[in-house]
Amino acid sequence: MLELKKVSLSVEGARRVDILNNIDLQLLDKKIYAITGPNGSGKSSLARIIMGIAQPTSGSIIFNGDDITHMDIAQRAHLGIGYAFQSPPRFKGIKVRDVLSLAMSGNEKEEKICDLLYSVGLCSQEYLDRDMDASLSGGEIKRIEIATILARNLKMAVFDEPEAGIDLWSFQRLAETFKEMHEKTNTTIVIISHQERILELADEILLIANGSITKNIPKEEILKKGFVDNLCACAENCGKVGEKYAKCIG
Amino acid sequence: MLNALDNLMLQKIADLHEIPQGAYNIRKNGEGIQRNTTENIDIVPKKDRPGIDIVVKPHTKGESVYIPVIVTEEGVTDVVYNTFEIGEFSDVEIIAGCGIHNSGQHKSEHDGIHEFFINKGARMKYTEKHYGQGEGAGQRVLNPKTIIHAQEDTVIELELIQIMGIDDTVRDTEIQLAKGAKLIVTERLLTNMEQKAASNITVELLGEDSSAQIISRSVAQGKSEQTYYFDLVGRNKCKGHIQCDAIIMDDAVIISTPKISAHHSDAQLVHEAAIGKLESMQLIKLMSLGLTEKEAEDTILKGFLK
Repeated sequence: MLELKKVSLSVEGARRVDILNNIDLQLLDKKIYAITGPNGSGKSSLARIIMGIAQPTSGSIIFNGDDITHMDIAQRAHLGIGYAFQSPPRFKGIKVRDVLSLAMSGNEKEEKICDLLYSVGLCSQEYLDRDMDASLSGGEIKRIEIATILARNLKMAVFDEPEAGIDLWSFQRLAETFKEMHEKTNTTIVIISHQERILELADEILLIANGSITKNIPKEEILKKGFVDNLCACAENCGKVGEKYAKCIG
Repeated sequence: MLNALDNLMLQKIADLHEIPQGAYNIRKNGEGIQRNTTENIDIVPKKDRPGIDIVVKPHTKGESVYIPVIVTEEGVTDVVYNTFEIGEFSDVEIIAGCGIHNSGQHKSEHDGIHEFFINKGARMKYTEKHYGQGEGAGQRVLNPKTIIHAQEDTVIELELIQIMGIDDTVRDTEIQLAKGAKLIVTERLLTNMEQKAASNITVELLGEDSSAQIISRSVAQGKSEQTYYFDLVGRNKCKGHIQCDAIIMDDAVIISTPKISAHHSDAQLVHEAAIGKLESMQLIKLMSLGLTEKEAEDTILKGFLK
């Protein structure tokens, strides 16, 4: 279980900007959580704080009983936390095979790497020896990013807008990947998303607005006919206005 | 004749774990110490100055020539002139390279001047790896000069690598391409501490439909300095592309001047040059897979310079 206790994040500049305010949150084992909310509401910052990419200004993070607030990214990775980037970086001279092999801690078997690529809809023969550089399209690099998460036996996997940039790959396929991960592993899955198909997979939807979790929506509510439809339509209409967005499901 | 240190240096510069099959010439501390020729490849010492003539017969296919140079003493200045005649329609690989082990207080230097005559239709891959080691204060200096005259429809691939331990290097490369000749140069360079490296490459695309691609990747660490001057000169209908990518770290300095000069309206020449530091997103991604920051940095640099 991962627990955030009164986690805040502020950025000091010409003026202080509060990004997350006193977040209290419990993420239970083997559940799927979807985090949604308008642009700039703090969704990605929350995900980055879980991975250790950003350090909270105050508050603490407890993972399976251990205080991991001051642990760095690699230490958290060793505890079984993983993070899929919204815009994954590219690498010159490093092959798809190398990155997947690193993700599997070097214990890879060729067959397993091929399976991973297949599970994100890529042909291993074509991709294993490709460089992870600008020659890959946005969609291709994104699918490989997801494969680097599937490669690891994680306790907690955080996906930051996994659907963004995947234009040719159907959301159905992406949703199936999450479903399969959920069925076959004990991983807690946290997905930042606006997509209906993804939100419908969740055991709980966390709605973030203005740096606070304004609503936890339980599974029963999510499954009600038309609920996600309305939420998504409302999100599109409301755009960046956090409070108004929160009222959509109010 | 070769001791353990010599063998180590040969491994570093030419991946040689034993005396190679086929044609070779091993030069140590200013003298040729072992040589072998084959039916198709002759190696003859020059009479008027230090160096060798390497003559590959026309239509020789699939053979390689190793010509490593090792310097294991301090205070050595070795200047060598090698001439290569690559016969028509042959297809050969030449593995050169120089390793300096200098544990003394005085400079050791090797200046190799290589001139190639590549005849019609021939293909040549030339690999040159530079490596230095030794604890002494004596400088390890390498100044290679490579001149290539490529005839019609030749294909030339140059791989120029300097990854470790050379304090000062000035690398001059001059290439002329005739009709239909194709050139690919890949250069990899890493400097650290107070090392200095300069690479000057001029390619003249003289013949119709000649093409050249120069891909340079480098990493400058510590207080090292790197200077690049690449010039593609198009004098006919031709294509040329220069791509220089450098990662700058610490207090290093990199000066890169890509130049393209067109003297013909059908010359298509492109240059790209970029200098930047390691991307933090790359480090974060690899750390999120469990690598420490240092391991992530090494992985990125190793890939970049591969």
